[in-house]
Amino acid sequence: MEMLLFWPLAVIALGASISMITQRNPVYSALFLILTLLCLAGLFLLLHAHFLAVIQIIVYAGAIMVLFLFVIMLLDIRRAEVTLSRVRLQKTLGSILVALALLLIVKTTWVLGSGAVGEMAMVKDASAIPDFGTAPALGRALFSSYVLPLELAAVLLFVALIGAIVLSKHRE
Amino acid sequence: MVPIVYYLGLSALLFLIGVSGVLFRRNALIIFMSIELMLNAVNLSFVAFARLWDATDGHVFVMFILTVAAAEAAVGLAIIITLFRHRESVDVDEVNLMKG
Repeated sequence: MEMLLFWPLAVIALGASISMITQRNPVYSALFLILTLLCLAGLFLLLHAHFLAVIQIIVYAGAIMVLFLFVIMLLDIRRAEVTLSRVRLQKTLGSILVALALLLIVKTTWVLGSGAVGEMAMVKDASAIPDFGTAPALGRALFSSYVLPLELAAVLLFVALIGAIVLSKHRE
Repeated sequence: MVPIVYYLGLSALLFLIGVSGVLFRRNALIIFMSIELMLNAVNLSFVAFARLWDATDGHVFVMFILTVAAAEAAVGLAIIITLFRHRESVDVDEVNLMKG
């Protein structure tokens, strides 16, 4: 059952992300990225991360991507830009490295997934923690062992807020 | 059941697609979206390992990555808007003010 849901989600996520980087129009790229993020939310659900799946849809596909689309529409880029980098060395070296990494990833996944390691690294059906992945479980972790990082994240968001306002303010 | 290795392979592939987006595209907005894609690929790894070891800590890390991604998107898009205002373009090859 999990396999039946995993493959479509994985294939759609990969296809949408490839379309994202090959589209000329940034608006289409943003829409394909949203599709990828939604597929990832589905995968989070398969991995019993219920709260994160919802957060993924609300914060990522909702807030951040709407911000992206808003900026794209605001900029109104009329000129058709060059799709590929003009730096030749970067293009050739990049292609070779990407091809090698692709080979490595596929091969590794194939070998590990079919061998004994794949059997060993199978997830259990039922989690030992009864409310694994729900908002209460995450909240308990955030407000007990991760209080300091949480406060720092709040400071980070505040600084980012000020930075964004200062940067985008129009100076006369 | 899906072996955890498949989730990790998918995560690595998504990360690779993000890297190639940064390497091959010159549109600052698309480079930004590729960075978001890479962050999400890492998130998938974190969630998969959290499930494998029954640890909520992986989810906590994803929450923090989400926060950083939001902050980064806000500041980055502000930079892109400023860039566009000065240059009428978001092509990163044309941004060479600090080139030696």
